[in-house]
Amino acid sequence: MTPLLSVRDLRVGFGRTPQTNEVVRGVSFEVADGETLAIVGESGSGKSVTALSINRLIDFGGGRITGGSMRLKRAGGSLFDLMTATEPQLTGIRGAEIGMIFQEPMTSLNPVLTIGSQIEESFRLHRGLSGRQATAAAKDALDRVRIPDAARRLKYTPNQLSGGMLQRVMIAIALACNPRLLIADEPTTALDVTVQAQIMALLAELKRETGMSMIFITHDIGLVAGIADKVMVMQNGQAVEQGELNQILDDARHPYTRHLLHDVPHFANGRATRSDGRRDEGAGTEPALEVNGLVVRFPLKSNFFSRATGAVHAVDGVDFDLMPGETLAIVGESGSGKSTTARAVLGLVRSTRGSFSVGARKASAQQSAKPVQMVFQNPYASLNPRLTIESILAEPVIATGGRVNAETRSRMASLLERVGLPKNSLERYPHEFSGGQRQRLCIARALMLNPSVVVLDEAVSALDVSVQAKVLELLVDLQREFGLAYLFISHDMAVVERIAHRIAVIYAGQIVEIGDAASVLSKPKHSYTKKLISAVPTIDRRNERFEIDTRQVPSLVRPQGFEPAEARWERFGGDHIARVEA
Amino acid sequence: MRVLRAIFGHGSGRIGGVIVGVYVIIAILGLLGLTPHNPITQYRIDRLHAPDSAYWMGTDLFGRDVASRLMAGIGQSFTVAFFSVAVATLAGTVLGLAAAWLGRRWDGVVMRIMDVLLAFPAILLALLIVTVAGPGTWTSVVAIGIVYTPIFTRVVRGPALSLKAREFVDAARTFGSSSSYIVTRHLLLNLVAPLTVQVTLALAWALLTEAGLSFLGLGTQPPAASLGLMLSDSRNLMETAPWLMIFPGLTIMVSILGFNLLGDALRDILDPRMRRAPA
Repeated sequence: MTPLLSVRDLRVGFGRTPQTNEVVRGVSFEVADGETLAIVGESGSGKSVTALSINRLIDFGGGRITGGSMRLKRAGGSLFDLMTATEPQLTGIRGAEIGMIFQEPMTSLNPVLTIGSQIEESFRLHRGLSGRQATAAAKDALDRVRIPDAARRLKYTPNQLSGGMLQRVMIAIALACNPRLLIADEPTTALDVTVQAQIMALLAELKRETGMSMIFITHDIGLVAGIADKVMVMQNGQAVEQGELNQILDDARHPYTRHLLHDVPHFANGRATRSDGRRDEGAGTEPALEVNGLVVRFPLKSNFFSRATGAVHAVDGVDFDLMPGETLAIVGESGSGKSTTARAVLGLVRSTRGSFSVGARKASAQQSAKPVQMVFQNPYASLNPRLTIESILAEPVIATGGRVNAETRSRMASLLERVGLPKNSLERYPHEFSGGQRQRLCIARALMLNPSVVVLDEAVSALDVSVQAKVLELLVDLQREFGLAYLFISHDMAVVERIAHRIAVIYAGQIVEIGDAASVLSKPKHSYTKKLISAVPTIDRRNERFEIDTRQVPSLVRPQGFEPAEARWERFGGDHIARVEA
Repeated sequence: MRVLRAIFGHGSGRIGGVIVGVYVIIAILGLLGLTPHNPITQYRIDRLHAPDSAYWMGTDLFGRDVASRLMAGIGQSFTVAFFSVAVATLAGTVLGLAAAWLGRRWDGVVMRIMDVLLAFPAILLALLIVTVAGPGTWTSVVAIGIVYTPIFTRVVRGPALSLKAREFVDAARTFGSSSSYIVTRHLLLNLVAPLTVQVTLALAWALLTEAGLSFLGLGTQPPAASLGLMLSDSRNLMETAPWLMIFPGLTIMVSILGFNLLGDALRDILDPRMRRAPA
C-alpha cells in the first residue's frame, strides 16, 4: 500500500546560496491514509519550513527546495511529484488535496470581508459553485466545525468573532474541498488553553468523520499525545527521532526527545509543585504586598462629547496578599484581567478603587523608592534597541535619583553574572542576545533596585520550552537568595505548577479560587478552575476526547453604575477558598 | 562613520552622496566669496557674453558672471534650505513628541492645527507668510520652516505613539523614570533614523520652495544671487541667451536628484529591518 505522502531526504535552504544555508537538512517521513503525524520541535528546528515545503508554499517565503523527493498519492491513486510540479498544477493541489491552517487565525483572514464570502471563495475556486449554492456550502462548512447559528455568522466580519471561532472558520475553509491531507501549523498556539482543547477536540472529530490524514506541527509535546498516531521530533533541521506515539512517549531513544519529555515543564495535576517555602499558617510576618478590593474600569464613550454609557470591568474587586519569599501565580485566560491586575499594582494603569500596601523591607529601607518591579512578557519589546546594556541597567538607578558610580557598576557586573550572562555584555546592544538571554537581562534590570516584590507578567511565555525551564530555575534560585516575592501572571498551567506556592484563578475580572498550589491544582473546586485544568494537555492523556463546548466568554462591558454582587467564599482546608457559584 | 560607509556601499547612495557633497563644497565657496568673479560686479562691455574660458557659463543682461552668481546662489539657497529645515525639524519634533506623549486634548489641538497648515499647498502658504512679513532671506527661512513643520510633526508623532506603547517605556515607568528621560532616551533616540531620512528629503523640497519664492520675487532680493531669481531673470532672454536659464535650471534639477537619491539610500540603510547585527 503506497502512503498518501512520502517525503525522502528533503532539503530546504534560504538566501542566495540555499545549498550552504540549509534550514531543513535531509528529512524523510511518510503519512498513510487517515494517519496523523505530529512534527515536534522548538523554534528554528525547521518544522514549519518542512510543512510549508509540502505544498510548496515555501517558494513564496524566500526558501528553495534543494534536494530530495516528495510524492503525493492523488485521489485516483496516481502518484504526483510535488518537486517538479509547475505552479498552475500546484494551485490545483493546494486547497483541493492539501489543506492548511496557520497559527494566527486573527491575521489569516481578510478583515474587510465577511467570513461567509471568504469560505465561499474556496468553493468557487475548487468546486465551481456560485451564488446560492456557494452560500449554502459555506453554511454547511460552518456547521461542520460546530459554529452555532451558522447562517447568521456568515455575515460577520472577522473582528466580530473570537480567536477560537476564527480558527474554526479557518478550519472550515481548509476543509471546504475535503482535502485528504490537512497541514496544521501550530493551530492552537495563539489560543487560550480551554479554546485550544476545543479546537483539538474538533480536529480529532473531523479526522474521524472524514478519514483525512493530518500533519500536526507543534512545539508542545504534551499536545501531541491527544491526537497523533506517529511523532517526528525535529532539531536543527533534522529529524532526530520518529516513531509510533506510544513508542516515542514511553521509550524515547534520542537524548533531545528525552529532554523535551522530562526536563521541560509538563502539567502534572499538582504533583510537581514546589516543596520549599510553603506559607506557614499563623506566622506573624508582614506581607510584602497586600491588595484590597482592587477595581479597574475603563469607561466607554461613543464619542468625544457624549457621556460614558458603560464601563469595561477589567478587574472587579480583587484581594490577595503576598508574603516575602512567596510566589503567587495569577492564572486566567486572555481578557480575564490578570495583566490589568499586575499593571494596576505597578501603577501603569490607574485603578478605579482599592488599596495596596507594600510592606516595608528593613534591609533596603534607604532605597525603597520602587520596591515593586516588573518583568514583561516580550523580551524583544521590553528593551530599548538603541541603548547599550549598561545604559539599560543604569536606567532604574538614574530614575530613582542615583548616580552611576563604581558601586553601581559592580552591582551591574555581579547581577549579570548572577543571571548567567557573559561578562562583556555591558557594552553590547539588545539585538545581540537571544530571547532567553534578553529575559535574563530584564530580570537583572528589575533587580537593580533591590525590590521586595517582582511582578512577572507572562515572563517565560515567549520563550522556547527548554529555555523556559532554565529561566524558571533561575527565578527560583533568585527568590531563595534575595527573599523575593513573585506575583507571577501566566496562562500556562505547566509553568505555574513549577513556580507557584499559591495560585489565584481569575475569571472575568474576579478571583474565583485562591489557595495553596498543590491543593488548587489537584483538587479544584470552582467549575471554571476544573474546566481550565481539564483543558491542559498532558502526556498522560492519550487520545482522550474532549467535549465540544461552544459557550462564549461573558462580556465584561457593564452598564454605568453596575456593581457586582458581593462574593461568598467557601473554605476547603487550610489555605484554599473558592467563590460560591450562583 | 558606519552610516557613511553604508551610503557609499549603496548604489544610488553613492551618486546622491557625491552630488550633495559637491554642492555643499560649492555652497561654502560661494558663501565665502571664493568665486571666479565677483557675483554682483557688472562687466558692462561683456553683457550677455556666451560661455567661454573667461566666463565659464557666460554673463547676464548686466554683464555679471553667471558661474559666480550660480555659486553665490547655491550658497544662498542652501543656507535658506538648511535653516528652514532646521526650524521645521525642531518645531515638528517638539510638537510631534508633545502630541504623542501628552495625548488626549494636546494631541487633538496640535494635529488639527497641523491639518490646517497642510490643507494649503506649500508654495501658497509660504507666499502668504512672506507677503505678510515682507520679503527677505530670514523671512523665507521662517516661512519655509513653518510650511514643512506639519510633515515633521506627523513623521514624529506616528512612531512616537507606537514607541510609547512599547514595553520598554512601561518598564521605564515602573522604575519611576521621569517623562523627560523617557521622551529623550526611549522615544527620540528611536526616532533618529526616520528623522534623518525626512531631513534629507525635506532639504530637496525646501530648495525648490526657496527657488519658487525667489522666482516670484519674494525670496532673496536683487542684486544678491539665488537660483530662483536667476531663473526668473532669464525668462525674457530664453532665446537670445539660453545659458542664463540652462545652468540654474540644471543646478536645481541635479541638486534635487542628489538629495532624493541620498534620502532613498538612507531610508534603506536606516531601516531596522535591513540592518544586521554588527559583527
